[in-house]
Amino acid sequence: MADTAPQKPVPVTVLTGYLGAGKTTLLNRILTESHGKKYAVIVNEFGEIGIDNDLIVESDEEIYEMNNGCICCTVRGDLIRVVEGLMRRPGRFDGIIVETTGLADPVPVAQTFFMDEDVRAKTELDAVVALVDAKHLPLRLKDSREAEDQIAFADVVVVNKTDLVTPEELATIEEIVRAINPAARIYKTTRSGVDLARVLDQGAFNLERALENDPHFLEHGHEDHVCGPDCDHHHHDHDHHHHGHDHHHHDHDHGHDHGHDHHHHAAPSAIHDVTVKSISLRGGEMNPDRFFPWIQKVTQTDGPNILRLKGIIAFKGDEERYVVQGVHMIIEGDHQRPWKDGEKRESRLVFIGRDLDREKIEKSFLACQADQT
Amino acid sequence: MPTVAPLDLEGHVVAVEFLGDVPFFATAAGEIRRLDGGEKVTEAHNGLLTCIKDPFSTSLLTGGEDGKVMRIAADGSTTQIAEAPRKWINVVAGGPQGAVAYAHGKTSFVALADGTVKEFAEERTVEALAFAPKGLRIAAARYNGVSLHWVNTSSPAADLEWKGAHTGVTFSPDGRFLVTTMQENALHGWKLDGKAGDARHMRMTGYPAKVKSYSWSPKGKWLATSGAPAAIVWPFSAKDGPMGKAPLELGTRANILATCVAFHPVEEVLAIGFIDGMILGVRVGDGKEALLRRPGKGAITAMSWSGNGKLVAFGSEAGDCGVIDISA
Repeated sequence: MADTAPQKPVPVTVLTGYLGAGKTTLLNRILTESHGKKYAVIVNEFGEIGIDNDLIVESDEEIYEMNNGCICCTVRGDLIRVVEGLMRRPGRFDGIIVETTGLADPVPVAQTFFMDEDVRAKTELDAVVALVDAKHLPLRLKDSREAEDQIAFADVVVVNKTDLVTPEELATIEEIVRAINPAARIYKTTRSGVDLARVLDQGAFNLERALENDPHFLEHGHEDHVCGPDCDHHHHDHDHHHHGHDHHHHDHDHGHDHGHDHHHHAAPSAIHDVTVKSISLRGGEMNPDRFFPWIQKVTQTDGPNILRLKGIIAFKGDEERYVVQGVHMIIEGDHQRPWKDGEKRESRLVFIGRDLDREKIEKSFLACQADQT
Repeated sequence: MPTVAPLDLEGHVVAVEFLGDVPFFATAAGEIRRLDGGEKVTEAHNGLLTCIKDPFSTSLLTGGEDGKVMRIAADGSTTQIAEAPRKWINVVAGGPQGAVAYAHGKTSFVALADGTVKEFAEERTVEALAFAPKGLRIAAARYNGVSLHWVNTSSPAADLEWKGAHTGVTFSPDGRFLVTTMQENALHGWKLDGKAGDARHMRMTGYPAKVKSYSWSPKGKWLATSGAPAAIVWPFSAKDGPMGKAPLELGTRANILATCVAFHPVEEVLAIGFIDGMILGVRVGDGKEALLRRPGKGAITAMSWSGNGKLVAFGSEAGDCGVIDISA
């Protein structure tokens, strides 16, 4: 029959970040530095990209709701068109970069690469990269939900303009980012000078590669890991959750002393502006007959509130690690690689979202363990 | 067995059209090749996004990544109709008296033969355009419906609303119906000649894939569509169109998607192109099938019949094109 091998899907990097976070500078670097690869770039406006290039495409962000009864199933209609056009001449570039506007919700962009069959057949979401302006992040978190969503949804967070803040401020920024998204890789830089190899071709959405590149996924004690006040790791040496005070819905006056022993965060106002929370779960070997119905149910009922979920699951009697990823109600899972000798067979799962019932999710997750009766 | 004269081109073939008895093949790179006593080339665009036959003249209309709208004459010569630097022109349509419609972003444009350009602001990005068969009127498909504009009046648009993204639009040849293809695997139709208060909507659903190709039968009795492992052919001869009627399924193959359909210019015979490159000819009356081309290198993306109905030209996403002589 057909004598052409199936085309390798083209990787797509989604670049988010508030106005002034440094997206244009990063794009200019990607377009001009010699890294041996060519990228097609989809931008909302040519704006300050001072480069004339056939592969820069201007596109109006156009959000389409899908008529499948699922309120969170939105896609970017313009991307479907542009990607279809680009993919008719795939030999011209090695990857596609989608730059979103500062206020954009990254979810419809990502969902386009799962929901649209034609786009999905030819491309593969590689990673969502969020640029954060170290100086202005606390302010952004105060005045918008988008800044928080962009961090919550990212696989890679580049904390930019670190030269404009003190080391203490920077530590706080990291802490905030970690509080919003404990699963992201964080890089600190100035002038968008992050190593492009840390941003492009990450395979963060590729189940085979996602965790291979991130051996310390959700590991506590990882040297770059800064625990935020919302960190729920089991071996936590300072428990923030027993001080009887809910950080996420609490509307107290930041100026007053609320009198609990809590020295961890230096910028309480910024942390208090965070509405996204993450739930990091850890359990033993799972019973697949319990786990799969459970994860289906959680993503169906809590899908609208789940921005991302990622995890590694150990199934009883299964010699391979199983990895799962999700965006709202979309969930994908596959075997990744055999467990190594001496590797602890445990299951780790992180949910990032809003209004998630930690206790209920954790309890029902642990009930999926194989040794539970 | 019909004979196939192959033509191998580089890359994805966007459109294949006949002007007279000469087939034109438009590639995504922007070249238009015609077989006119030998292979001849027109460099139309730096990146070609759309190419259609103007139903009102013997010429092609094209739009490209270079922001240009071009008219291509039968001798291959080109005339630039419009240029919008740095915009992609995905949609063009040909109207009466030399009018050409095109769009970018949230604006539809109609360039008239005398050089004037009319602009129509739309609520959302224009996904597709079509001229009505009678009168200087355009339909612009967009998210949540279609807007109809009379080109030469300043009256407000008539809006046909239906929730969802409408990606293609076509009038029935008699102008009684308007049908859109959707982002979902469905068509939607409106009955345009009904009295106020009539049920005007027609939902045509059940496709396993998006509908990307459609073709009206010569007198408008049938609308054939791709998007299933057969051509799905809706009956439009009744007063209310296909409402309450099941479509025909022609050329059914097990799990092999039909990607392109084209009706014969005079007879109720349909050419159906498939994702594996096979092409079948099927008679609507009795469903009788004839193999016109064996599977090839890629999905059929374009097909067209010559005016005399003896030749079918085709193109694929892999560039393997050809002309089938069915009179042989």
